[in-house]
Amino acid sequence: MTEYLQHMINMLILGSTYALLGIGLTLIFGIMRIVNFAHGELYVFGAYFVYFVAVLLGFNFFLSLLFAILAGCLLGALIEVALLRPMRGADIDTTMLIMIGAMIVMQNTEQYVWGGVAKSVSTPFPETPLVIGDFSVSWLRLFVFFAALALIAAAYFLINRTKLGKAMRATFQDRDTAALMGVNIQAIYMATFAIGSSLAAAAGALLGPVYVISPQMGNIASLKAFAVVILGGLGSIGGATIGGFILAFAEEMGAGYVSSGYRDAMGFLLIIAVLLFKPTGLFARSERVG
Amino acid sequence: MKRLLPCIALLALASVPMWLKDPYLLNAFVTTGIFIIAAMSLNLLLGYTGQLSLAHVAFFGIGAYTSALVALGFDVELVGGIRVVHEPWPVWLGFVIAILVSGVCGYIVGKLSFRVRGAYFVIVTISFAEVVRLVALNWVELTQGPLALTSIPPLTLGLPGLGYFDFFSKQSNFYLVLGVVALSYVIINRLVNSRIGRAMVALKENEWLAVSVGIDVTRYLVLAAVVSAAIAGAAGSLYAHYLKIIDPDVFLFLYTVTMVIMVITGGKGTLAGPIVGGLIFGFIPVVARSFASPELQWILYGLFMILIVFLLPQGIVPAIEKWFGVGEEPREPGATKPKLQDVP
Amino acid sequence: MMDAVPTQIQPALTIEHITVHFGGLVAISDMNFVVNEGEVVSLIGPNGAGKTTAFNVITGFLQPSHGHVSYRGASLNNLKPHEVTSLGLARTFQRTSVFQSVSVFENVMIGLHRRGRSRLWDTLLALPREHESERELNERAGEVLALVGIERRSRELAGSLSYGDQRLLGVALALATDPSMLLLDEPVSGMNATETARFMRLLNRLRELGVTILLVEHDMPMVMGVSDRIVVLNYGKIIAEGPPAAIQGNPEVIRAYLGQGAKKRARD
Repeated sequence: MTEYLQHMINMLILGSTYALLGIGLTLIFGIMRIVNFAHGELYVFGAYFVYFVAVLLGFNFFLSLLFAILAGCLLGALIEVALLRPMRGADIDTTMLIMIGAMIVMQNTEQYVWGGVAKSVSTPFPETPLVIGDFSVSWLRLFVFFAALALIAAAYFLINRTKLGKAMRATFQDRDTAALMGVNIQAIYMATFAIGSSLAAAAGALLGPVYVISPQMGNIASLKAFAVVILGGLGSIGGATIGGFILAFAEEMGAGYVSSGYRDAMGFLLIIAVLLFKPTGLFARSERVG
Repeated sequence: MKRLLPCIALLALASVPMWLKDPYLLNAFVTTGIFIIAAMSLNLLLGYTGQLSLAHVAFFGIGAYTSALVALGFDVELVGGIRVVHEPWPVWLGFVIAILVSGVCGYIVGKLSFRVRGAYFVIVTISFAEVVRLVALNWVELTQGPLALTSIPPLTLGLPGLGYFDFFSKQSNFYLVLGVVALSYVIINRLVNSRIGRAMVALKENEWLAVSVGIDVTRYLVLAAVVSAAIAGAAGSLYAHYLKIIDPDVFLFLYTVTMVIMVITGGKGTLAGPIVGGLIFGFIPVVARSFASPELQWILYGLFMILIVFLLPQGIVPAIEKWFGVGEEPREPGATKPKLQDVP
Repeated sequence: MMDAVPTQIQPALTIEHITVHFGGLVAISDMNFVVNEGEVVSLIGPNGAGKTTAFNVITGFLQPSHGHVSYRGASLNNLKPHEVTSLGLARTFQRTSVFQSVSVFENVMIGLHRRGRSRLWDTLLALPREHESERELNERAGEVLALVGIERRSRELAGSLSYGDQRLLGVALALATDPSMLLLDEPVSGMNATETARFMRLLNRLRELGVTILLVEHDMPMVMGVSDRIVVLNYGKIIAEGPPAAIQGNPEVIRAYLGQGAKKRARD
């Protein structure tokens, strides 16, 4: 029982960052119809940026997180303008190829710049974990959990309560009508990609210090983001949030009770299962036909 | 012209080991040839049926592992204590079984993943490839995991009355690979220029219209997946017996990406495309190794891929054909194919 | 295609109690009608009345929420579109109607898919049956193109044809499947008067060949000119059915169309 609860705590922490990663990806897919293969690389970018600012430049840890999120936002906007804007109207496979190209360039640039040796970031949190009864959780992870929740809440607020969010939702519903109503589609696309990217960078910035940072961690991050998004249904933000926790749950259970080697396989098995039984994802409204 | 050019190309390539004695370059030819076979098989799916499958490396890897394991033998205990012992078999049998097993995997993956299209399809195929990679990594009893399968014997060919011949040297492997390239070319050529190929192109162009003239979508997509996977499995088998060592890294996503780059650079949906693209990307590392580290090479690959999609979305071969005013029907640049959801 | 016009009235396509919901929206409610062998029946109604939806239900592209469709006694419910086609029902589409980037001839060759006899092995081993089958298909493709009247365009890319010729090629594709019944979805929309007249001649030729036709069309002179019977849909319901003369004077039909006109004026 204790072991089970410990798994649950881990699941919540992991799930919150998966959700963060997934929301960014699903936002980009839902509004722009782009499968962002570079999503994981933006995650890595966030992690390295924290390393760069906090360790190499010696800034305050929390400030570094903020910088990483802003830098992710800028990089996302740049990618959108440079790579995606010229290909507006191309089919989904074409933009996928471009994003795969971007992924390869980014991943190997990271490798080139930072080398293959993993980096670690020290944090201002105490080394000794917080112990309550039989459970223990590190302060850093606790912080990551609440920071991720805060960012998820901020994303919800942005999308549901702001003018920008309203325009994004309108674009999601019907791009052409939104354009007719005076929504600046180009600006919305850029904002969407920038926000999605900053969420990925935020996830990397938060998780980087928990683990170590290496260029290869982007691959698995991308694939996990795909899993989260498929679970929730492509384009569904609420779905991605829940999907993040489901994936984390499956991984914790898989690693805890099956074999830790197959932890990463859980997401893919879930994807395959979901697509077999409910191809639109667990939470997406079924699309209207006609 | 259309028949002559492939024959000339084949003869030219066949002469390579006669004048090229540099083992490094010959090695580059052999590995490039193996990847060309894989790219050709991917082209059947990507170029002719229009499905961006990113599971291709899985079939390649399954072929490699199957062939190696058949030749090496194994001893594993399955769930429920069932012990399976396999004594080593002749290597050529491994090659045949690799093709069959990959084909069967292609059938299963095709049946499952062609229920969905577009982004979903792409993600399912990646997921499949990752699951296979994790199995190869973690089923240590069978695959040795990260320790790799080593001492894989070279492919042998038993000719009645002539005794056994083994493909050990680079020269002999060159001809073996060239032979499989030629055979794959013939198979794919016949397939795409038949009723089956027309059905595939119809699916790519406009799935709803194809269905309305009575083409069974799933059947032809799955058929393409099976043939494609089987050929990729053959390539994987050649790879295993040539390198004599394989580890779970054969399943890396980057290999799928390499195949995809070869196909789109050369020209998807053209017979020569994967060969031209394959030669280019097979020899970029040969040229680039003097001045660029592997990371830089990959950065170049990525940039090249983006540039091709931007500037030459149909690839090199159609561009050349257009230049000389010959060739296959021009295809609309960026023509969007209606997805199932879009049609009433 | 059948060679002779059937002499007695036999139902070919039967639609019984078809209802289609999209979420909460009712696209078609309790639709019933019959198309007899050799007949030309038109399905008309204002935009959004459910005509294309009805086509999609008949041809297996959409499963109805309730009801039953059958053709020559065989149930079409739960059949996939390609299975419906193999029963002899072929359709054309309102919009995307040809394979744009291959030649006109190749288009028809694709349409002849079901007539091909070669198997996978014939193809891979280039056996005689492959060549035989291909030769037959080639011949047949020429015939179909000649029937529709675009044989001189056969080497051109389908996408480069004029709009009217593309519509004709769309019909050729459907005819290539050797249908006993054709469903045409707004075949003359966007055609000029000459092209429309040409199309009406083709339609009459098909009728002579004994092909049953169900037509969705907005061009009223054409509908009145070619139809044996007309079924009028409005808001997913059949509001009238009968020969052209009776429909022309039907007050409810006039109201449905006028109502739409009035709405359109209000919007402008």
